[in-house]
Amino acid sequence: MNESVAASPERGVPGAQQGLLPSGRHRARLRRWRAFKDSAARYGIGTAGVGVVIALGLIFVYLFSEVLPLLTPADVKPLQRYELPVESGAQPVYLSMERYEELGVVFSDQGEVSFFETGSGKVRERIPLPIPEGVEVTAFSHAETGQNLAVYGLSDGRILVGRHTYGLTYPDDRRYIDPGIEYPLGKAPLELDPQGRSLKAVAIQEGNNGFAVAAITADQRLVFSLITTSTNLFTGETTTERDTYTLSAPPDRMRDVLVTEDHRAVYVIGDSGSLHYYDVTHPQQSLLRESRQVVPEGEEITATAFLVGTRSLITGGSDGSLDQWFLARGEDNVRRLVHARSFEDHEAAITTIAPEKSRKGFYAGDASGSLGIHYATSDRTLFLEPVADAPIKAIGVSPVYEALLVATEDGAVRFMGLRNPHPEYSLKALWGQVLYEGYEEPVYKWQSSSASNEFEPKFSLVPLTLGTLKAAFFAMLFAMPLGLMGAIYTAYFMHSSVRGFVKPTVEIMEAMPTVILGFLAGLWLAPFVENHLPAVFSILLLMPLAMILTGLGWSRLPDAIRRRVPAGLEMLVLVPVVILLGWVCVALSPVVELLFFGGNMRQWFTDIGINYDQRNALVVGMAMGFAVIPTIFSIAEDAVFNVPRHLTQGSLALGATAWQTVVGVVLPTASPGMFAAVMMGFGRAVGETMIVLMATGNTPVMDFSLFSGMRTLSANVAVEMPETAVGSTHYRILFLSALVLLVITFIVNTASEIIRQRLRQRYSNL
Amino acid sequence: MTIRKWFKSGAPWIWLNAGAIAVSVIMVVGLLTLILVRGFGHFWPAPILETQVTTPEGGSVRVVGELVRSETIPARVMRQSGMSVPADLEVATRHLIKQGNRDVTGRDFMWYPEWAMSQWRYPDAAMWIERREWGDFYGFPLRLLEDGRVIAEGKTQVWEALQPRIERANHIHEQIESIQRGEIGRVNYLMERVRLDQRRAQMAFEQGEIDAAERDRRLAELEERKQELSARYQELRQQLQELYDQVDRDVLVARVADGREWQVPLAQIVRAAQPNAMGVFQKLGLYGERLWNFFTGYPREANTEGGIFPAIFGTVAMVFVMSIIVTPFGVLAAIYLREYARQGTLLRMIRISVYNLAGVPSIVFGVFGLGFFVYFVGGAIDEAFFPAALPSPTFGTPGLLWASLTLALLTLPVVIVATEEGLARIPSTVRHGSLALGATKSETLWRVVVPLATPAMMTGLILAIARAAGEVAPLMLVGVVKLAPTLPVDGNFPYVHLERKIMHLGFHIYDVGFQSPNVEAAQPLVYATAMTLVVLIVVLNLTAINIRNRLREKYRGESD
Repeated sequence: MNESVAASPERGVPGAQQGLLPSGRHRARLRRWRAFKDSAARYGIGTAGVGVVIALGLIFVYLFSEVLPLLTPADVKPLQRYELPVESGAQPVYLSMERYEELGVVFSDQGEVSFFETGSGKVRERIPLPIPEGVEVTAFSHAETGQNLAVYGLSDGRILVGRHTYGLTYPDDRRYIDPGIEYPLGKAPLELDPQGRSLKAVAIQEGNNGFAVAAITADQRLVFSLITTSTNLFTGETTTERDTYTLSAPPDRMRDVLVTEDHRAVYVIGDSGSLHYYDVTHPQQSLLRESRQVVPEGEEITATAFLVGTRSLITGGSDGSLDQWFLARGEDNVRRLVHARSFEDHEAAITTIAPEKSRKGFYAGDASGSLGIHYATSDRTLFLEPVADAPIKAIGVSPVYEALLVATEDGAVRFMGLRNPHPEYSLKALWGQVLYEGYEEPVYKWQSSSASNEFEPKFSLVPLTLGTLKAAFFAMLFAMPLGLMGAIYTAYFMHSSVRGFVKPTVEIMEAMPTVILGFLAGLWLAPFVENHLPAVFSILLLMPLAMILTGLGWSRLPDAIRRRVPAGLEMLVLVPVVILLGWVCVALSPVVELLFFGGNMRQWFTDIGINYDQRNALVVGMAMGFAVIPTIFSIAEDAVFNVPRHLTQGSLALGATAWQTVVGVVLPTASPGMFAAVMMGFGRAVGETMIVLMATGNTPVMDFSLFSGMRTLSANVAVEMPETAVGSTHYRILFLSALVLLVITFIVNTASEIIRQRLRQRYSNL
Repeated sequence: MTIRKWFKSGAPWIWLNAGAIAVSVIMVVGLLTLILVRGFGHFWPAPILETQVTTPEGGSVRVVGELVRSETIPARVMRQSGMSVPADLEVATRHLIKQGNRDVTGRDFMWYPEWAMSQWRYPDAAMWIERREWGDFYGFPLRLLEDGRVIAEGKTQVWEALQPRIERANHIHEQIESIQRGEIGRVNYLMERVRLDQRRAQMAFEQGEIDAAERDRRLAELEERKQELSARYQELRQQLQELYDQVDRDVLVARVADGREWQVPLAQIVRAAQPNAMGVFQKLGLYGERLWNFFTGYPREANTEGGIFPAIFGTVAMVFVMSIIVTPFGVLAAIYLREYARQGTLLRMIRISVYNLAGVPSIVFGVFGLGFFVYFVGGAIDEAFFPAALPSPTFGTPGLLWASLTLALLTLPVVIVATEEGLARIPSTVRHGSLALGATKSETLWRVVVPLATPAMMTGLILAIARAAGEVAPLMLVGVVKLAPTLPVDGNFPYVHLERKIMHLGFHIYDVGFQSPNVEAAQPLVYATAMTLVVLIVVLNLTAINIRNRLREKYRGESD
C-alpha cells in the first residue's frame, strides 16, 4: 500500500519537476529495490525469529531424545548359524566371546577348547586340554565371567584349571587377536579329592588370596579346597599350596555346587530342588547355615549362575522359574539367605544361565529353545522369545553386550546381534523401593557409582526428589512470610520516598550470583549457626514479638513525637530494633546455651536423638530463602501496588481501618498475583543449584529433618554429570532428572505467568 | 486507644509487615556489607601482634601473627573438643591467629585461648612477607646475605638494603615469567601445530590425496621446523637457567616466633612490609598495590593466593562472545514476535514459553549444552575439521565457545523480553507517522522504531550480561575449569582460541571456597573474589535500571 502513496506524485505532476526528480525508470527501480529490501527484512527476521523459537524448543526435544533410549526394549537379531566346532558326540558346556566380538570360545564336555570366528564359525584354534590317558572329564564349571577361568573335574578326583586369554597385537596397524589357554595352577591336573573318587560337580572362583574350589564326589562327599600359588622370583617356578576340607553333606542328594568370589560361602544344590548355604569363612568350622526349598515338590533346579560379583545367585528350575538369592546381614550381624525376587517364568525347564560381565543382568535359555533376557535390579524381563527349535545348551554373551552366541542341543550355534543398552531402567527402579544386593529390606537409595566393577548402581530418584522438595520447602518457609509481608507493606503502607530506595535494594538481590550466597551459606552461615544455635532460635521466636511490642510502644508515645515521623515509616523505626535484637541474641547465645542446654546446644540435640549436620536444611532454607525473597517480593509488590486506588479509598471512606482494608479489599484482589509470586519463588527454589551444592552435605537422605542435609536433583546433576560415561544409563537418568526439573519449573512458571496476565486484565477492567 | 482496640485495629499486623521488609533490607545491606568489608579488608596491612601463650603442659610459646577473628563460646564446647579450659571459666574467648610460616611450623592458622595469652605487643620490627610459595611469612629481620656473604646486619640496615633487592628479584622474576608464559608457551604451541601437521600429512597420504613423495617432502619440511623450534626451546631454557641463577643470589635471614633463624630466599618474596611501623598513607599505598596485584596477577598455590586475572579475563571473554551471539538473535526474535508474527493464541503461548525459559533452572541449560553442543556438535566438528588431533578432542570437549553458546541460550529470553518491552513502548503515532510518509515497513522499523528502542535493547543486554557473569552451575559442565594454563586470547595465530577452557570468577569462588585443602587460608581470597563479582554485577544492574528508568521518563513525555 505504501507503494501507491509513494508513486502518486509521479503521475500527478507530469514533467514539472523533471530536473529534480530522478527519471521514472530510475524511480521504478528504486521502488522495486525498496520492495525487495522490505520483503528481505520480512523473511530474514521471520527466519531468525522462528529459528530462535525453534532453538529454544530444541532444549525440550533434545533432552527428551536423550532420555528416550531408556525406554527401548532389548532386541535380538539372528545373524549367522553354523555347526558348533566341537568333536563329534561332544556337547558344549561353556560358550563365551571376547570384547571385540570377533572370536568365540567353546568348552566341550570332552575337555577340548575351540576358538572360532563368530562371523563364520571358522575354527581359529582347537586346543585339547592335557587330560591324562584313561581319565575322563566328569564335571565342568566356569568362574565369574570376567575371570575367564574354567575348571574341569576328572574321574580320578583331580581337577584341571585353565584360563582362556586373548592376546592383542597390531601387525600392519590391524587388530589381531591371538587366543590361547593358560594354566594358572600348572598344566598337570591337581589332586582335589584325597580319596581319588570321581568328581560329580565342581566350582572354582579366584579371589584376592588364591583360588577356592568346591566339588561333590561321586560318593556324595562335599570337598572344599583353598589353593594359593606363589612364584619363585629366581627360578620362575610356580608352587601351589592347598588346604582341603570336607564339609558335612546336606540331608538330600547333592547335584551341583557353587563358591563365591570372597571364598566365604558355598552353595549346594540338592536333587530335590533345595538350596543349601554353607558359611566357609573359617573353613575348619564351616557349617550348613541354611537350607531353602527353591522349586515346588517334584521339580528340580536345572541351572544356576552367579551375577557379576558372585553376591547374587540365580536359580533356574525345571518348571521354568527363575529366582534371585543373596546373603544379607541382619541386625544380629549374621548373614542370611534372602529371596530377592522371581523373574518372569519360562515355558520350559531352564537349561542354562549366562550372567553379564559388568551388569546385574543375565540370559537364560530353556528346553524349548526360548531365550530370556532378565535384569535383577530393575526387576525386568527385557526379552523372552523362542530363538531356536532345539533346547539351548549354552549362551555366550559379549562383554560389551552387542552380540550373543547361542548353542543348541542339535549342534548348531547361532550368532546373534544384541541390543540391550539400558536394562537398569524401569519405573520401579527409579521411583519404587528396590531390594538391592546385600540389603534385607527394599529401600529408596541413590548411589550411582563406585570404584568397583561389581557394584550394583542404585538409581532411585526418590531421595533426590525428596531432597529437592525439602530444600524448596524450608526456603519457602523462610522466604514466603518475609517476601509477601514485605511486599504488602512496601506497596501499600510505605512512604514513597523510602519505597524508592527499598524496592530496588531488595530487587537487585535477584541478580545476586547464587554462588556467592552458597559460599556465604557454607563457609560463614553454617559455622555461625552451629555455634550460635540458641541465637538463631531466639531470633526466630522473639523477632515478631519485638516488632509488635515496638508498635505498641510507639502507639503509647505522646503524639508530639509520633507526629514527627510521617505515616509509612514504621520500617525505619524497626530497623534499629531488629539490629539491636539480633545483636543481643547473638551476644547472649553462649549464656543461653549454658543456662538451658548444658553449655552446648548441638550436643544437646545429639543427646535427645536429633542428628545435627553442620550444613543442614536450616542453613539452606535461610540461604535459598534469601535468594527467593526478591522474586516473591518483586512480583507480589507489583500485584499489591497495582490494586486500583479507588477500591482501597472506598474501603477507607466506609470506615475500615488500614489493615481491614488490606484484608478485605487489597488481598482478595491481589491474591492471584501473590500466588503467582509464590509459584515463581518455588520454581526458582526447585531449580537452584549452587546454594544447595555448597550449603548442604550433598548426601542423598530420606528424611525431612531441619538439621540434616540433603541432595537435590539439580546438585546431583552438577556433581555427577561431568563424570558419567556418555550414553550410559546413568547419563540418561541424569538427563531425565534435568528434564523433570525443566518440566516442573516450566509448568509452575507458565501457570503463574497465566495467572498474572489474567490479573492484569482484571485490573484494567476494574 | 486501649491496647485491645489497638490489637483489633490490625496495627500489629502492619508492624509485622513493616518488620518483614525491615528484616529483608537489613539482610541485603548486611550481606553486601559483609562481602565488601571482608573483600576489601583483606588487603589492608593488619598489625602484627606478638604474645606468649601458655601451653596446657605448662610451657610457653611465643606467637607472632595477625588476628583473624575471635569468638566467644561456652567453655563446655571447648572441653568437649579436647581442650583443657580452666575450671572457673564458663564462657571462653579464643582467637584465630594467622601465624603464617607454613614451611616452619606446618600450621599457618591456629586458635589460641585468651586466658592463656599474655599481653599483646605490636613490635615495630615485626615483618610480614608475601611469598610465592608456602604462604605468608612473619618474623624479624636479622641479616641479608649475598651469595652467602653478609652484606647487612641489624634491623634498620637490613630493612634499607632489603627493598631494592626485592625489587631486583621481582624484576628478574618478571623476566622469567614472561619467558615461561610468552616465549616458551609459544614454542610449545607451535610444536603442537607441527605435530598435528605431521599427522595431517600422513592422513592425507593414507587417504590417497597426496603421493608418498609429497608426503615425505612435507614431513621433511616439518621435521626441519621442529628442529628449529627445539633449538629455540633449548636457547630459552638456557636463558631461564641464567635468570634462575641470578635470582637466587640474595637470601634474607630472619628470626621466627620460636627464636629459630630461618632463611628466606629473595626469589620467593613478592613484597615485604613492617605494618606496625607504617603510617596510614604508607598502608594505603601498600593496600592499593595489593589490590592492584589481586586484579592483575595470576593465581598461585592452588588458587589460594595471588591474583584472579585469568578468572576476570575468562569471565569477560565468555560474556563478550555470548553478547555477540545473543544480541542479534535476541533482538531479531523480539522484532519478529512483536512486529511480524501474526498475533494470536499460538503466539501468546510461544511468548509465554519463551518468557518462562528465563525461569528454567540454569543447570538444565548446562546439561543441554554438554549433551548437544559439546558432545553432539563439538564431536561432529572434530570429525569434520580436526581429525588429525583425534582421539584427543578439540571442540568435542567443554570450552569457551560452548560456555558462551549455552549462556547465550540461557539469556536469550532476557534480551527478548527487554527488547519486546521496548518495542511495545514506542508510541504507535511514531510508527504511523513514518508509514504515512511513505516508508516501507522495514524502513520504518530500521530507521524509526529500532533506534528508539535501542536503550531497551541495551537494558536487555546488560541484564543478560549480569546474569551470565554470575551463572556458575551450567558452566561447570560446559567449559570452566579451576586452572586454565592459557588464556583464550593470546599472540598465537588465530589469536582467539574458542576451544580453550576458561577460568571464571563464580567458579573460582566455588572452587577455592570448597575444593581447596586449606580453607582458612583461602577464605580471604574468596571474599575478595566475591566482592569483585558483586561489584561487577551490582554496577551492571544499576546501569540497566538507570537506563530503563530514563527510558520510561522519556517516552512518558513523548507519548502524552
